[in-house]
Amino acid sequence: MKKLSLPTVLFMTLATVFTGCKDQGDKSNGALTSNAAERVYVEPGQYDEFYAFLSGGFSGQMSVYGIPSGRLLKVVPVFSQDPEKGYGYNEETKPMLNTTHGFIPWDDTHHPDMSQTNGKLDGRWIFMNGNNTPRVARISLSTFETEEIMEIPNSAGNHNSAFVTENTEYVVAGTRFSVPIPQKDMPIKDYKGNFKASLSFLSVDQDSGEMDLSFQIRLPGFNYDLAHPGRDKSHGWIFITTYNTEEAHTLQEVNASQNDKDFIAAVNWKKAEEYIKEGKFKTEKAEYAHNIFDEDTHMATSTIKDEVRVLDASELPGLVYFLPTPKSPHGCDVDPTGEYIIGNGKLSADLTVHSFSKMLDAIENEKFDGEAYNIPILNFEDVLGGTVKQPGLGPLHTEFDGKGNAYTTFFISSEVVKWNVGTWEVLDRKPTYYSPGHLSIPGGNSQEPWGKYVLAMNKITKDRYLPTGPEMNHSAQLYDISGEKMELLSDFPTIGEPHYASMAPADLIAPNSKKIYKLSENKHPHAATSPADVRVERDGNEVHVYMTMVRSHLNPDNIEGIKVGDKVYFHLTNLEQDFDVPHGFAVIGAENAELLVMPGSTETLVWEPKKVGVWPFYCTDFCSALHQEMSGYIRVSPEGSNTELKWSLGEE
Amino acid sequence: MNIKVKSAAVLFSLLLMACGGKEEKKKEGFSVDRQKTTTEKPVEASADSGTPASERVDLTNKGVGPIESVTLDDNIDQALADQGKEVYDQMCLACHRTEKKFIGPAPKGILERRTPEWVMNMILNPEVMVKEDPLAKDLLQEFNGSPMANQGLTEDQARAVLEYFRTL
Repeated sequence: MKKLSLPTVLFMTLATVFTGCKDQGDKSNGALTSNAAERVYVEPGQYDEFYAFLSGGFSGQMSVYGIPSGRLLKVVPVFSQDPEKGYGYNEETKPMLNTTHGFIPWDDTHHPDMSQTNGKLDGRWIFMNGNNTPRVARISLSTFETEEIMEIPNSAGNHNSAFVTENTEYVVAGTRFSVPIPQKDMPIKDYKGNFKASLSFLSVDQDSGEMDLSFQIRLPGFNYDLAHPGRDKSHGWIFITTYNTEEAHTLQEVNASQNDKDFIAAVNWKKAEEYIKEGKFKTEKAEYAHNIFDEDTHMATSTIKDEVRVLDASELPGLVYFLPTPKSPHGCDVDPTGEYIIGNGKLSADLTVHSFSKMLDAIENEKFDGEAYNIPILNFEDVLGGTVKQPGLGPLHTEFDGKGNAYTTFFISSEVVKWNVGTWEVLDRKPTYYSPGHLSIPGGNSQEPWGKYVLAMNKITKDRYLPTGPEMNHSAQLYDISGEKMELLSDFPTIGEPHYASMAPADLIAPNSKKIYKLSENKHPHAATSPADVRVERDGNEVHVYMTMVRSHLNPDNIEGIKVGDKVYFHLTNLEQDFDVPHGFAVIGAENAELLVMPGSTETLVWEPKKVGVWPFYCTDFCSALHQEMSGYIRVSPEGSNTELKWSLGEE
Repeated sequence: MNIKVKSAAVLFSLLLMACGGKEEKKKEGFSVDRQKTTTEKPVEASADSGTPASERVDLTNKGVGPIESVTLDDNIDQALADQGKEVYDQMCLACHRTEKKFIGPAPKGILERRTPEWVMNMILNPEVMVKEDPLAKDLLQEFNGSPMANQGLTEDQARAVLEYFRTL
């Protein structure tokens, strides 16, 4: 055994996995399966070719994987508190989770989407939705930290989000559930005609990335599911699938599936910009929180805004058109040329493809088939670009390889199907294990895909790994799509429910990844950037400890004069200026979490001691050979005692 | 595979048994630890006739790193030294007090014991220095195994810190 090298062992393990797959219907032969093992194997110390940013679903986070290895590189906390990093627990990041519903420490993330320039991924930011308490987050791809969270007013179930237009002009967020706007106390049975939906356009500052809720479009009370901005020739439009055009308010499972066709809403946002310029909007009261993390002060602030500009699609001609699409369409995807809009009717046997140029022609010649709430419905046959006949059961999502092919997941028949854009011919199909939702090709939703891999993200795992009790982590499956036929390479467990993933070449991201925060640029008001700043100050029952951390001591490490009933703020500054040397901080009885302080940054932990005694605190992140020694004591005296406030390091 | 795993398990349990036996003996012989310490001392001392690395004088060793040659002007450049103090107070003071041994050695009088090149290489390239430079290696031992952190100074900043050391 000892003589086997690590590569060989891994190779054997993977080979065994693939032999296992054979029994489940995979027809690839032995020679190919061993080749697959080599193609996902990344030698120790070597880097992956692609980054994959997966939503964490109900974990509220975003995970970062290396592709093709499937190695987990990082979990970035976004909408959920993370005790590992202190996010949402420390004083600096608590404001990030502020909303008009109060402090909301969790959300349900679905769709990470990367910023683009000229329709190509540019590696600056990832935008991601919070589905439950409607929010959109912006994550920096230089610091891999959540930098901004915008609450979305007049929305409920922010599923149709966060989708980026081709020059990152806007991040678009639509509501899944319609609601009374403005919210009010009314009978649910009066839904029809009274509940409404909002499509929000968040403009993005091209330097800072900062978002602004520029305007909302008011839409009829359907459910808006998924969207895709136009590309190239269809730039300036966004296409959105709808369901529940029946406007059912109960037992939607049955009642929202009555109509033979629902719609893809085609929204002309360039036209919306014109209407805004012409002042055709209404300014409505709507409260929402806007939270920003400042990289220099290392602190977040939360501002409550109170109004929004609204354009009503029922009153403003040319803003929205409905494209009839069979049947309860879910995914809505636009091919790299911008000509084809694929509507995946999840209850339909066929895939419906609309043609953008036919749509423009139908609009020009007013080939209408009626209207819904004064919004024209285009004639189905006049906008139809093609149909992929009976490709599988339960189509959900489509991505593109940039070589004229599309790949669609089929939830019910558990497969990925490759088909040609233009001839609509099915070219290949491969099973997935099991029930895939989204799939992702690097750049596969942009004008320039890197058509080497497709990652299918499965909803059900079952027997793929060793059992871990009644629930298995969801799994992702990687296929090589560089050849004519797809080849299954590997599968790996994911965090939460991954929904969608954004993938990009490592070259686009890695060179900009930040290594340290410069101590000289630290503008945190409670930073202690040199030993001269180290101190303890009392203000009533509030005590502020300005503490530094460097391998391998905390300064001060002896503190006296704290009393039961005090509220102690530990402000920790990591003085290190070396890559990958964070220090942690934990104190006994803390009701929040630890801190994990990056080199050059400052974080604050609040501690309210309840017991008299001498209590230890220590560094949680094994930082050097003397890490165990990186600790200290804080003396807590009874309430009302006169113990002198003092602090020291290295004094006998 | 199975046979191999089984035989590995047998071997492993044999090892465990052997370890168990040893442990009992160790407990009896607590003094073994003491012997170890006493035998280590002479070895350490013999490395350089008992002088701790921090007090040894070596004005030829330039260390390992990017700095090959530094020319010091006879006069101290006070403006540069002031800049150096600013950098030192933020980046170095947490571990190096100017006049007394703290986490690391004090820089006062350092140029009486070290070449300017060695000092700058220690600032700029500490990870390699403690592995390859004999003096730096011994210093790491003398200072309790506490690693010198690379604070990411530029060569200009390190030069300024060196100038500041001349004023101490």
